[in-house]
Amino acid sequence: MLSYTIRRVGQLIPVLLGMVFIVFMMIRAIPGNPAQLILGQQASKQAIEELTKQLGLTEPWYTQFVEYMKGLFQGDLGMSLKTRNPISDELWPHLAATIELAFVAMIIAVIIGVNAGIISAWLQNSWFDYGVMLIALIGISMPIFWFGLMEQYFVSIQLDLLPTTGREDVRAPIEAITNLYLLDTLIQGNFSQFIEVVKHLILPGIALGTIPMAIIARMTRSSMLEVMKSDYIRTARAKGLKMPLVVYKHSLKNAMIPVVTVIGLQAGLLLGGAILTETIFGWPGIGTYIYDAISSRDYPVIQSGILVIATLFVFINLIVDLLYAAIDPRIKY
Amino acid sequence: MAELAGTTPPITNPTAAQEERVISPWRDAWRSFRKNKLAMAGMFLVAFFILIAIIAPLIAPYSYDVQKMADKHLAPSAAHWFGTDEFGRDILTRIIYGARISIWVGCISVAGSVIVGSTLGVIAGYYGRFIDMIISRVFDIILAFPSILLAIAVVSVLGPSLRNALIAIALINVPIFGRLVRSKVLSVKQEEYISAAKAIGMKDSRILFQHVLPNSMAPIIVQGTLAIATAIIEAAALGFLGLGAQPPTPEWGKMLADSKDFILDAPWTVIFPGLAIMLTVLGFNLMGDGLRDALDPKMKN
Amino acid sequence: MKKSLFALVAFILILSLGLAGCNSSKTSSDGNGKKGGDGGGVMIYGKGGDAVGLDPAHETDGESFIVTEQIFEPLLSYKKENTDVQPGLAKSWEISKDNLKYTLKLEEGIKFHDGTDFNAEAVVKNFERWMNGDAAKFPYYASMFGGYKKDKAHVIKEVKAVDKNTVQFTLKRPQAPFLKNLAMSPFAISSPAAIEKYGDKIGQNPVGTGPFKFKEWKRDATITVVKNDSYWKKGLPKLDGVTFKVIKDNSARMNALTKGEVDLIDNVNPSELDKIKSNNKLQVFERPSMNVAYLGFNTEKAPFNKKEVRQAINYLVNKDELIKNFYNGTAEAAATPLPSAIAGQNKDVKDYGYNETKAKELLKKAGLEKGFKMDLWAMPVSRPYMPDGKKIAEAIQANLKKVNIDANIVTFDWGVYLEKIRKGESPAFLIGWTGDNGDADNFLYSLLDKDTINSNNYSRYNSPAVHKLLIEAQSTADEAKREVLYKKAEKIIHEDAPWVPLVHAKPILGGTSKIKDFYPHPKGSQSFVEVSMTK
Repeated sequence: MLSYTIRRVGQLIPVLLGMVFIVFMMIRAIPGNPAQLILGQQASKQAIEELTKQLGLTEPWYTQFVEYMKGLFQGDLGMSLKTRNPISDELWPHLAATIELAFVAMIIAVIIGVNAGIISAWLQNSWFDYGVMLIALIGISMPIFWFGLMEQYFVSIQLDLLPTTGREDVRAPIEAITNLYLLDTLIQGNFSQFIEVVKHLILPGIALGTIPMAIIARMTRSSMLEVMKSDYIRTARAKGLKMPLVVYKHSLKNAMIPVVTVIGLQAGLLLGGAILTETIFGWPGIGTYIYDAISSRDYPVIQSGILVIATLFVFINLIVDLLYAAIDPRIKY
Repeated sequence: MAELAGTTPPITNPTAAQEERVISPWRDAWRSFRKNKLAMAGMFLVAFFILIAIIAPLIAPYSYDVQKMADKHLAPSAAHWFGTDEFGRDILTRIIYGARISIWVGCISVAGSVIVGSTLGVIAGYYGRFIDMIISRVFDIILAFPSILLAIAVVSVLGPSLRNALIAIALINVPIFGRLVRSKVLSVKQEEYISAAKAIGMKDSRILFQHVLPNSMAPIIVQGTLAIATAIIEAAALGFLGLGAQPPTPEWGKMLADSKDFILDAPWTVIFPGLAIMLTVLGFNLMGDGLRDALDPKMKN
Repeated sequence: MKKSLFALVAFILILSLGLAGCNSSKTSSDGNGKKGGDGGGVMIYGKGGDAVGLDPAHETDGESFIVTEQIFEPLLSYKKENTDVQPGLAKSWEISKDNLKYTLKLEEGIKFHDGTDFNAEAVVKNFERWMNGDAAKFPYYASMFGGYKKDKAHVIKEVKAVDKNTVQFTLKRPQAPFLKNLAMSPFAISSPAAIEKYGDKIGQNPVGTGPFKFKEWKRDATITVVKNDSYWKKGLPKLDGVTFKVIKDNSARMNALTKGEVDLIDNVNPSELDKIKSNNKLQVFERPSMNVAYLGFNTEKAPFNKKEVRQAINYLVNKDELIKNFYNGTAEAAATPLPSAIAGQNKDVKDYGYNETKAKELLKKAGLEKGFKMDLWAMPVSRPYMPDGKKIAEAIQANLKKVNIDANIVTFDWGVYLEKIRKGESPAFLIGWTGDNGDADNFLYSLLDKDTINSNNYSRYNSPAVHKLLIEAQSTADEAKREVLYKKAEKIIHEDAPWVPLVHAKPILGGTSKIKDFYPHPKGSQSFVEVSMTK
């Protein structure tokens, strides 16, 4: 087990290095000078040239790469070209916002997805089953940005139930401690603010959670069906155990193994899929951060942002793999 | 995003499949596909959109790019079933023409990924060690990026246009097919009949074309159908972010982006293009699911 | 191990069910009405983008200035509705006969937010910091004062503290808009002590003399400033504070206003105007125009090197339709580059007007009656002078098609776009300009003089006659004489048609009806010192 873990982590390093390298090369191939963007339309030609030089952009790319890697090994993510702040200072609040959103989306997806999947399997070929599966397919087929708009239009504007954008009620601002507002408000014991945060999370959470929800429902259903056909479940039923008990106690446990994998895979991708959701809901997360950086050619921010997301993604999958290995005795390493 | 629909590749058991399909695997698959109501519904949806894409000029009631400012934001009516947009253009017409673009982008980009991916997959799986390692690592790296992010970066490099969006989408799907074909090749390589073929001096290319590729067809078709669904959504997402089709092209994602400011005054400008995307994608997804059930014996009940 | 996994899943299930419960309970309580009167005096301002930094001299963008305007003040200020100069931190000034010495008397007893004194010494330190800087640090300084200390073209020879409350500027040569420049947002005075204390981080820790003090900045979300209780103007500010909330999407910002989540928003889509007007809880604020949106031609590239072609396209753009459809009637059609708020606008220059026949005649004269293919570049971003460049391009594209001109709409990222049109790579492009200091020179010289080719003269328009007039106006102090010179230049420009001047847009702000005494300033940002909100 330990050796497997070590080997698995070892494999990660070239992937991460490769990613940094690819991002580095690619971003520099993008036309456009950050100096122009920083200085804006009124800037003179000399000013732009001067700033380009100061930002180190006249250096050859390999020098820049070496500098960047050197910094990375010292835990320095570099400095934003646009704001001139260390990226490590700016990154966490954005990342926290995305993690919180992804977490809520995942919870919504897991609760609804797993339960819908179980009931579907249990009532296989019923109308309920067909309905759930059709809805799940629609969920997968829906463009997330359109769904977000529709949510805003119907729930937030027409029915006026939930706030449209942002993370908090700006009239009662939250004092950030960890930047995970759910946690911060609980630490401060401010329940009304906590509710406010939850309110802001619902719509984007649903928008982001829909696809994983649909996938989890389908996955749960099919693995449940398989397990329920197995001998020991048939035995359990033959012994006269009640169906709900069989479903929730005996089958679910076994059916969860493939589901966990899917959940892990989704959790990682949620971090990236957040870009579109964040755009719609004005969420100050990492997706917004990177997207803005791309449009202002803020190279260090793009690099570090993508690096952080990808690292998280890779590690979540690593954890899932290890978990998987630990749960399922049939898998040997 | 939605390509996750396809990230659970069918775990096929080649030997069992072979025996069962010896008589006529394709006809057998079609029979089971036909019995699947949802799959048939999906196929009809897809066929419907392909049809309107082909005959768009014949059925579209108006021109998709002639502007008539006086008709700005007319609500749906008998004259304009889906209403008009900001430039007074008929939305139904634009959606009909938009089907051309979405389906074209979906199919061509996936065809591109299949060709490039399969080639790389075959090379990696068949020839081996060092090349395999390099190709596989590159696939790992590409898959480790959130796909939409990678697509955005690629379009930023190439410049925003429909063609470049298509290239970006093709690129991010390459590893899916690459991995799939590679694993197929690896498993086929183990088979005794391949060893036999090699022993009697059959050429590599012949082994590839006669044994390896036919074996990979079924999963490629399934995966490909699902990938088209994803590609359509991704193209729309790029269009939505302003990185895809440029005006006056009636691309669905772009139509959404252009009209999202009017969601209060003219909700039809937002609702219909979104529905069009959803239905097309749903069609491909249903069909892909059905194909998987039909072609993958393990799922057969 | 299996058990613990199951427990984990169960835990997540329970937790999430609990959360779901909270959601529903809270949703229902929301119906009971808004939260009580806590912070009634705090205005929430919805803006389209986050500030880049809060050191005004370092920034160039309006999203930063709207915040720094609250925290800092320049030596002089503009009048509420135009760019006439009035006292600010300096209560009076004197100009020497030769227009080279400006002596400013400062208000006494003002303190920065950190408690240190504002005085002549502080002013000198600020100017020395700027003039010893470079383009990377203080980009605006060079544009307005001709360069930095090391540069030959630098206008300011010396800044000195005559006594505790008197500052004297000595110029190398007369600069007609000097006082107007002093009143610009970037040249607001920071606390020298804070500059020393925070060093590079001054942009996150702004300390000025303004009506509000900086409190907190959550990036991409909110910036909070609170009332400066010891503000030097008695009884001001009226608000307890201002919170700037970033809502990038135009329609989302509008929704937030409608729902009362914010009190004031900028960059309202012109199409939303009627919605605000018809809602008695909301009101519209129009910012007087100090901008111009135009379709520029690269006068060096065929076929736009021919005057006839440029004039023909001038006849093909239907400005009224553009204004009606994309500005909801809130802009005025532009005949010359200068908006009416700026002294020097030539009212005798008549717009070309929409006329297909004349356009065809001109094209025939140029030998292009069969039409041609061209690239039309459209801006990728929303600017105050042009809310949606691509849509305007699309409308122009449709009109050009009527005379067989096939326009292909091209766009790039904003930075690339600016760079490429600066280098003259585009044949025809949409762009615009917002005035910095309200002077005609800032429009005509910056945008159309031969000196500014490769800079902001994107049309690469090179007219010796215009150049002569503009240079003469620069060194003339008499405002009336300058106006005459500018009017002559405008006439020539109109005839040569390097642009299709499109519109002078009036950016729209929307607010709740509670907001009182808010006057949007033409320069694009303003202090909220006098604004109040009724309960």
